[in-house]
Amino acid sequence: MIYSLINTKNKKLYLLDNICHYSWQIMRLYEYQAKDILSRYGIKTPKGVVTDTAEKIEFDETPSVVKAQVLVGGRGKAGGIKFADNNGEIKKTVQYLLSTSIKGEKVKKVLVEERLDIDHEFYLGITLDRDKKMPVALASAYGGMDIEDIAINSPQSIKKKYIDPLFGFWDFNARKIVKDIGIKGNDLIGVTSVLSALYTIFKEYDAELVEINPFVRTVDGRFLAADAKILIDDNSLFRHREFEEQVKMQYSDIELMTKMKNIAYVGLDGDIGIIGNGAGLVMATIDTVNLYGGNPANFCDLGGGASKDRVIDAIDIVFSNKNVKGVFINIMGGITRCDEIAKGIIEYKNTKRIDIPFVIRMVGTREDEGRKICESNGIPVISTMDEAAKMIVRLVRDNTYN
Amino acid sequence: MMINKDVKVVVQGITGNQGRFHTNIMRRYGTQIVAGVSPGKGGENLDDVPVFDTVEEAVNDTNANASIIFVPAQYCKSSIFESIEMNLNPVVVITEGIPVHDTMDAVWYANLKKIRIIGPNTPGVIIPSQKIKIGIMPDHVFKPGNIGIVSRSGTLMYEIAANLSEKGLGQSVCIGKGGDPITGLSITEILKFFEQDNDTKAVVMVGEIGGNEEEDASVLIKEMEKPVVAYIAGKNVPPGRRMGHAGAIIGGSSGGGTAENKIKVLSSVGVKIAASPKDVTDLLEEVI
Repeated sequence: MIYSLINTKNKKLYLLDNICHYSWQIMRLYEYQAKDILSRYGIKTPKGVVTDTAEKIEFDETPSVVKAQVLVGGRGKAGGIKFADNNGEIKKTVQYLLSTSIKGEKVKKVLVEERLDIDHEFYLGITLDRDKKMPVALASAYGGMDIEDIAINSPQSIKKKYIDPLFGFWDFNARKIVKDIGIKGNDLIGVTSVLSALYTIFKEYDAELVEINPFVRTVDGRFLAADAKILIDDNSLFRHREFEEQVKMQYSDIELMTKMKNIAYVGLDGDIGIIGNGAGLVMATIDTVNLYGGNPANFCDLGGGASKDRVIDAIDIVFSNKNVKGVFINIMGGITRCDEIAKGIIEYKNTKRIDIPFVIRMVGTREDEGRKICESNGIPVISTMDEAAKMIVRLVRDNTYN
Repeated sequence: MMINKDVKVVVQGITGNQGRFHTNIMRRYGTQIVAGVSPGKGGENLDDVPVFDTVEEAVNDTNANASIIFVPAQYCKSSIFESIEMNLNPVVVITEGIPVHDTMDAVWYANLKKIRIIGPNTPGVIIPSQKIKIGIMPDHVFKPGNIGIVSRSGTLMYEIAANLSEKGLGQSVCIGKGGDPITGLSITEILKFFEQDNDTKAVVMVGEIGGNEEEDASVLIKEMEKPVVAYIAGKNVPPGRRMGHAGAIIGGSSGGGTAENKIKVLSSVGVKIAASPKDVTDLLEEVI
């Protein structure tokens, strides 16, 4: 799903995250949406206006900064942030940005903001620590770069406070780390309330991350969120219906199609199609095919209890990749019934008349029935994953060189 | 003991498809299912199991002491809290897709009340020698014996148990940790249980890419007397950093979460690593 988010920059990122917990995905909000939420919780943001057209734009706060609204990271370096000194320049810049793509992502909206006279850049954020199973508040006196880079360049500058979710995060907790990053006097009160508000947003929006970076102090002593990022847990969308349409836009067509059909699919760059039931089993199947010298073309998980139709859909999706020269279907029947899987495979083969080798391995619930259906249609069923992996690798190799 | 042999289970969400289906399979295997909970359906009987509106009524009437939950993700947080409140232990959460904030709150409440949550998104737990399962695993692939299995993946647990059973290596207890990024019992806590469990001689850990739980478990494994064999799925998933967000750095160890890193860390504390699920059997035969 986060395909468009990572897109050309680093497809690998997407793959890793998507496979290991695709049931737990993340939706990213645009900067203007994140800032809108922040300001509703009392956090100051620069004066600004968001637009999808250059014509109607009127903005008096010059000089200005014009920012492409995209979800890919590294927007600034990729030319997505421009300066403009008067209304004519703003119009031209908006028009230009709306006609471009940033790292492969088409710019659909642009945010025009007052340009700030920055005295110092800080980092403030709340995120989820999976390993400790708790949220953590983070602050640093060195904002403006990625938190990962801060962690590398000046790890001692990152101040943390782990949060017991049953206890919550109170002003005195926030005050301590705000003080630790060197904010004193009257400013201590204001910035503490910003960090506290971030935790409120984090809880109310089911966020995985709420981040202000940079959190700036201007030359005239104001504190504002110059950029903001909010990531929301997809599983919580039933509580946040307002984002439902947007989350769909973050999927590619094939991902949207597979998600609707309850299939998890991720493209890889080999030539052997892989289908199985259960994420762990499918990953293990990919590893085993690799072990015997083959190159998987995809990850495709049918989930539990797949019907005949879901099997047909899955094979269809796998074959939509024209590199596929053979398919390995690996079923460990529990809730999933082998006979149902077999019916799907046979129906697909008989209607589409595909001349590509299939290797089926199925064990478990209704194994004998499934085996009978496959074998009476001329498709052998192998009982072990290793034997089946070896066979598909050999069949694809023979086909390729003949 | 992870589960007492006299465990009396209440099924939350018993009138749903999955709940009803697996209630019958669990009973056929040997699990005592004493009650079901389904709000609005209290007073009914479903396949001879009494149904209650609340867990409290179910416990008062039947002395249930453990729970399995099939309730849909949207309503699940309340159901988990309901079980914890009544001190049911363990609480096995089968449901997939629960918001991570809900799981996190439930896990902390369970810690406070000293209750074990297994899952969410788990196949559950099975003890073949006692014919008890609180879960949805196909029980015919599990045979009695002295190998403990802890797995992050359901089907991969079945796969490995089936291989072991075929080679005469039965299992003491098999526990699905759950596939979600945040779960109740961690791999380390489950390994601690196996180390103390008299019926377990060796442990199989089935891990996968993502998170740092396998790496964290290596600290305990170093001190364990019982041998641990591991299989880690996802070696050939293209490696990369995790999502470009702050969560990625909290674990601290760069390169954490990849199969390569997990294998490196586990090997360094003496864990034998299987190249494929099939090899787990051979490695176990070497260490026991």
